[in-house]
Amino acid sequence: MSANNSFPTPFSPTPHPLERRIIFANLTKPDYKPDLITYLAHGGYNELRKALTLKPSEIVAAVKASNLRGRGGAAFPTGVKWGFINPNDGKSHYLVVNGDESEPGTFKDRYILHRDPHQLLEGIAISAYALDVHLAYIYIRCEFPHAARIVSNAIAEARAAGFLGPNILGSSFSLDVFVHQGAGAYICGEETSLLESLEGKRPYPRIKPPYFPAVYGLYMQPTVVNNVETICHIKHILRLGPEEYAKMGTPGDGGTRTLCVSGDVQKPGAYELPAGSVTLRQLLYDICGGPRPGRTFKAVIPGGSSAKVLRIGEKIITKSKNSDGSLSEKQTDILDVIMDASNLAAAGTMIGSGGVIVLDDSRNMLWALNNLNLFYAHESCGQCTPCREGSLWMAKITSRMLSGKGVPSDPRTLLSVANNIAGRTICAFGEACSWPTQSFVEKFPEDFEAAASNPITTLTAA
Amino acid sequence: MSAIAPSAALASSPTTEIPLINIQIDGQWMQFPKGTRLIEACKKAGKFIPHYCYHPKLSSPGNCRMCLVEIGTPKLGPDRKPLLDSEGHPLIAWNPRPAISCATEISEGLAVRTDSPLVRECRNAVMEFLLINHPLDCPICDQAGECRLQEFSVEFGKGESRFLEEKVKKPKQVDIGRHIILDDERCILCSRCIRFMQEIAKEDVLGFVKRGSYTTLTVYPGKRLDNNYSLNTVDICPVGALTSKDFRFKMRVWFLKETKSIDVNCGTGCNILIGSRENTIYRITPRENDFVNSCWMPDSHRLNFHYLMREDRLKSPKVNGLDTTWKSAISEASHLLSSHPSSKIAILASARSTLEELFLIKLIIELLGIQQHDILPRPQSGDGFLIAPDGNPNTNGARLTGVAANPPGAQLEKIVTAIRNGSVSGLLSLGEDPTKIGLTDQELQKLNFLIVLDILPNRSTAAATIVLPACGFAEKRGSMINLYGRLQRLNKAISPPGNARDDWEIYRDLLFSLNSPSTTTPRTFEELWKLMAAKLPPLAGLNFGKIGDLGFQLDLPWLEHKGPPPHSAPAPIPPKMPQNGNKSP
Ligand SMILES: Cc1cc2nc3c(=O)[nH]c(=O)nc-3n(C[C@H](O)[C@H](O)[C@H](O)COP(=O)(O)O)c2cc1C
Ligand code: SF4
Ligand code: SF4
Ligand code: SF4
Ligand code: FES
Repeated sequence: MSANNSFPTPFSPTPHPLERRIIFANLTKPDYKPDLITYLAHGGYNELRKALTLKPSEIVAAVKASNLRGRGGAAFPTGVKWGFINPNDGKSHYLVVNGDESEPGTFKDRYILHRDPHQLLEGIAISAYALDVHLAYIYIRCEFPHAARIVSNAIAEARAAGFLGPNILGSSFSLDVFVHQGAGAYICGEETSLLESLEGKRPYPRIKPPYFPAVYGLYMQPTVVNNVETICHIKHILRLGPEEYAKMGTPGDGGTRTLCVSGDVQKPGAYELPAGSVTLRQLLYDICGGPRPGRTFKAVIPGGSSAKVLRIGEKIITKSKNSDGSLSEKQTDILDVIMDASNLAAAGTMIGSGGVIVLDDSRNMLWALNNLNLFYAHESCGQCTPCREGSLWMAKITSRMLSGKGVPSDPRTLLSVANNIAGRTICAFGEACSWPTQSFVEKFPEDFEAAASNPITTLTAA
Repeated sequence: MSAIAPSAALASSPTTEIPLINIQIDGQWMQFPKGTRLIEACKKAGKFIPHYCYHPKLSSPGNCRMCLVEIGTPKLGPDRKPLLDSEGHPLIAWNPRPAISCATEISEGLAVRTDSPLVRECRNAVMEFLLINHPLDCPICDQAGECRLQEFSVEFGKGESRFLEEKVKKPKQVDIGRHIILDDERCILCSRCIRFMQEIAKEDVLGFVKRGSYTTLTVYPGKRLDNNYSLNTVDICPVGALTSKDFRFKMRVWFLKETKSIDVNCGTGCNILIGSRENTIYRITPRENDFVNSCWMPDSHRLNFHYLMREDRLKSPKVNGLDTTWKSAISEASHLLSSHPSSKIAILASARSTLEELFLIKLIIELLGIQQHDILPRPQSGDGFLIAPDGNPNTNGARLTGVAANPPGAQLEKIVTAIRNGSVSGLLSLGEDPTKIGLTDQELQKLNFLIVLDILPNRSTAAATIVLPACGFAEKRGSMINLYGRLQRLNKAISPPGNARDDWEIYRDLLFSLNSPSTTTPRTFEELWKLMAAKLPPLAGLNFGKIGDLGFQLDLPWLEHKGPPPHSAPAPIPPKMPQNGNKSP
């Protein structure tokens, strides 16, 4: 058996009726192999052939019309991002595929990389053709050494078969693709940090403005950075046509979305669903089989560990305008919130990378937050003051509280430290590390107050 | 690390026409040249924005977040044109997210609040973050008194600590270079030193290791911070993380008197501050002058002052080896000079002397009709940056006054030959050691007389008939003309030891003693300048005061390169970094 099948699979053998597998369609098949023959047998590289007959601008227009939003975390409309690139500006353009997948709770890209690398390569070739890119990089985190090997093999196969390299499929379009392995840091997933890392430097995120990748990207040239899954969707947009593709999802969130559910549910796993097709309740109960026996759900982090936590039982209040201009308020139970980019944003959190982390009533939220805080303190790149100092401070507070040495001011201090980070840093890690603290402390005050009851005299102030 | 390059406005010459841009600072509309950084515009408007990582001569990484301000942009109407208030100024839509002012270039209609509650809260938070893991070293820290962390704590901090945890421990007293000790606990990770080494010194030896709050500044494996510009990192380090081995623990900075002067170790004439207390110099630091040295200077030059405090300084005038009074030394000197035919006298002068001194030497030359005079040239390779290819600081002064031969040094061989064959039997060595032009001790002994003016003993002072103890560069005032024609001032920081006297007064007294006519012999420094300005056309209309702290560019006909030295271009643009101004899509 090849390495790709040697680890446990998060996929159910048959898709749940609510699922619609596009990205996962082939790689979930038990006999599917990551080689070119298998891929071709499944209709591989047909879309690339089709793409080469189109004008690059037609492909960009199709991506815009598809309503595809980035799957890396920020849910940025991919067509808009591509529109920043001017293929005729006489500059070199680069495509960089973000395969750093390091957001806790996220485990989708790894299956694409390990099991269906040609799907990604076809997406890359089409995207590169659309963006006037002749050199593309796939940045793969160092913790995926097999993936790097598998993708490199696939590149060699594709090149030998004329799907990559000079004059692809006899056209005038040439493209080289390289794999670059990271060195083990969460921050390398942040796109500008990734570019620094790719350039061989310490992965310090760049300040924006002025260093937007589309303006001053890799080697200071216009660059598109997209997530692995995002790039895979490109081929399916061409295959289904942008309208058909968009129709699967909602107007603000086209196509399918992969959701990786982990934690306290009966059936954790990776699911692919039409975007916006299920509520949180359907996801947790219908698809994931509900809570573990004897347990009730307590909290859900819906979009990777950086997303603000949701408390089961909380009500989301949304305002909408009636036809006569008056405002009406709608209360939605959190379980009835639809799992797509805009609805989760309205609920004060985000779809992020689609990593859904579920916690049941056996979990102490201070313990859970401390776990996240330790992660963020460890992963802060240390470049800018608030995140560098604040992330460790928050971790030290929650660790101390867990050890029984909490003081009454701790929840307040935690919130204030988080507030002093969010919105004031170089990169979005500032939000990523402060949103958990902000939301956990606000939404689960009881777990924090319980641990904060020690009188201050037990500690000496620094 | 990515960082935006220094402001285009700073980098471009003042002669090019730069369009003006309207911005609003704390409610006031003002105009600044396109390309100005917001932090610089605010400074010009009198609104100081605290900052750590930003340095106007380096790229901006935007990492300290101390300079966060509230910004807004013009509100746009449905036609995408700005909506205007009653006075015709745009209405502002304020951005809820604060922005760093150090890396933000001004744009039309940009508005900024430099002291709003949000801004104060941001600064306060950054101060708290910087302090939670900072050691409490102030009582033993050399930076105390000129520490940005101290200063901004007082001005922008809360003054109390909420931090109940253990501080992060890092290496202290790390020897990272010939002249430098690093204390990592004090480092606020602003990366100024790293950027200086990359962008200015162009020797990439410093970097950060580890991450998060554990991030630590270090030298790369196998590397040392031994670059001859290393001490500039100490200057720009906003805290006491980088300290100079030479200055460490020697003196509290608040006791130091700072005197503006210039470096005399080469033809560049880096502008400096002399830090002294009573009669001791403790350190020399560069002083900003974009026409000369930007903010930098070489280590080898700034550390070259200890000789002034040497025990064996010449302290008393001597005649025939015996201490005497100035009066008798001067009259003995004038007696020797007037009793010898001028054709038998030569002068070896120094291009390390000031313009004023050289001018007076020229008056002596003219008064006595001395034919053989020159200076000792010091050609050197230079370092392509601030160390000039001329080891003399005032070659141009020696040329302008006519004390130097043309080209300087052209007469030296003749002088040596004349001394050897006896046609010259009297020598005035004014600030130079004649053994350096090839004369032996025996040849010096053979002279009828040897008058030496200097500050330290050398082989010629031993052989001298008369020794005149003079002042070092920090003990007197005067001016020098650098290699690129810039006239710059020396100022007196300390007093000379013993009975040593200011050189120009020695020459003046000698002139009077030689019966130089009182109408053409200056009595005071001011008269001296009047006379110089009248006699030397490039100095026409100038006086000592007019030179100013940043010097005065002279138009010397023989100079090929006039104005700022080629290297002083304000901050090289780091590799691959775009120029500002062409950055928006
Ligand atoms: C701290 C941090 C970590 C990130 N990690 C990842 C990652 O592991 N994978 C990823 O695709 N995007 C990650 N991102 C998002 C990227 O910066 C970028 O938005 C994304 O790769 C763009 O691709 P998309 O438009 O296809 O989503 C991260 C962002 C931040 C702020
Ligand atoms: S926010 Fe954190 S991760 Fe991002 S640049 Fe600043 S220190 Fe680094
Ligand atoms: S760096 Fe400043 S604040 Fe820190 S110990 Fe030194 S003087 Fe004190
Ligand atoms: S040593 Fe000083 S200049 Fe260098 S990074 Fe630290 S604080 Fe900044
Ligand atoms: S001065 Fe440091 S971020 Fe602006």
